[in-house]
Amino acid sequence: MADEAKSGGGLSFKPMDQFEVKSLFGGEVGMFTITNVTLWLALAVLAVIGLLVLTTSKRETVPGRGQSIAELMYGFVYKMVEDVTGKDGIKYFPYIMTLFMFILCANFLGLIPMSFTTTSHIAVTAVLGFGVFIAVTVLGFALNGAAFLGLFWPTSAPLPLRPVLAVIELISYFVRPVSHSIRLAGNMMAGHAVLKVFAGFAQVAAIAPVAIVGVMAIYGLEVLVSAIQAYVFTILTCVYLKDALHPHH
Amino acid sequence: MAENTNAAGEVAAGAPPGMPQLNTDYFANQIFWLIITLVVIYFVLSRVALPRIAAILAERQGTITNDIAAAEDLKAKAEAAEAAYEKALADARAEAQRIAGETKAAIQADLDVAIEKADAEIAAKAAESEKAIAEIRAGAQDAVKEVAKDAAQDIVALMGGKADAKAITAAVNDRMKG
Repeated sequence: MADEAKSGGGLSFKPMDQFEVKSLFGGEVGMFTITNVTLWLALAVLAVIGLLVLTTSKRETVPGRGQSIAELMYGFVYKMVEDVTGKDGIKYFPYIMTLFMFILCANFLGLIPMSFTTTSHIAVTAVLGFGVFIAVTVLGFALNGAAFLGLFWPTSAPLPLRPVLAVIELISYFVRPVSHSIRLAGNMMAGHAVLKVFAGFAQVAAIAPVAIVGVMAIYGLEVLVSAIQAYVFTILTCVYLKDALHPHH
Repeated sequence: MAENTNAAGEVAAGAPPGMPQLNTDYFANQIFWLIITLVVIYFVLSRVALPRIAAILAERQGTITNDIAAAEDLKAKAEAAEAAYEKALADARAEAQRIAGETKAAIQADLDVAIEKADAEIAAKAAESEKAIAEIRAGAQDAVKEVAKDAAQDIVALMGGKADAKAITAAVNDRMKG
């Protein structure tokens, strides 16, 4: 890759280098090796603790800035879970809050220059997406038994159409975890790669100002995307959970 | 993996060109650390952060509810106090009016009695005075009669007549009347 870039007329574009998994202390990357993935995941944990635990340590009745942020996030996700899944979905709120806080913190940490974006990796988002998929499917069968299959049999449609719709529903159901995980990873990866490409153009003095303005603009967009993707992932999780709790709707 | 490292001297060389995301050599490592991360975050949230925030919000809600109830209580008390004050004021005003009326009536009665008494005294005094004046007047008439009689006797005597006391008296009386 490096050779290709060097041959490309003095400009070196390495937009994908930032996604490279590296061992922090040298050696091969094995399953338990401490890598930059480990470091940035750990930083995400610290960010979550910093946002939700340290800020609320004083337990003020009149909240300060930090505690307000923690309460806002709590209220935001709690209301989302309550609105989408109903009252009986509240007991899954800690799991959904875990997903939201992790994705949000990982996305924003990835925006720090020179950082490593864990959520841009399909391996990471696939674990999240398929985790949600498996959990929701198991929960659906556990709570509703065979009635959960009613999700694929739309009784409101005319009878001859039902088998066709059932096939479509089935396909869309199994595509869910794929789209769920690729949406997040794709958004994060694309944005960061575009940032790097613009930064690469900044090597040429003539177009450097344009490139830097471009980097700034894309960075602003990426800030937006980071929050929106965390929100989208969370609300889709809520929607899937609602399907498991109330398959007939 | 060993083959890859031997072949190029770096791990990435064995990966499909372009995207580190698709290098399956890293998957185990990423998934392992991700699951640990998620478990840690889940325990931090479910054991510490979420119950704490829920408690804070519940406590605030309770405080707000209590404060509103206390405020309503105090407002009701203030209204009751105001009503009592107004009532006391009205009572006092009525009492004052009653006392003023009573006092006025009592004074009027005293005054009437005193005026009556004074009138009676004045009437008595006036009658006495009139009586005295009448006496004085009568006394004056008698004195005039006496003087006139004496004068008439003297005049008669001087003229050389013999003064008849009875006739003189009758003549004086006659003149006095006339």
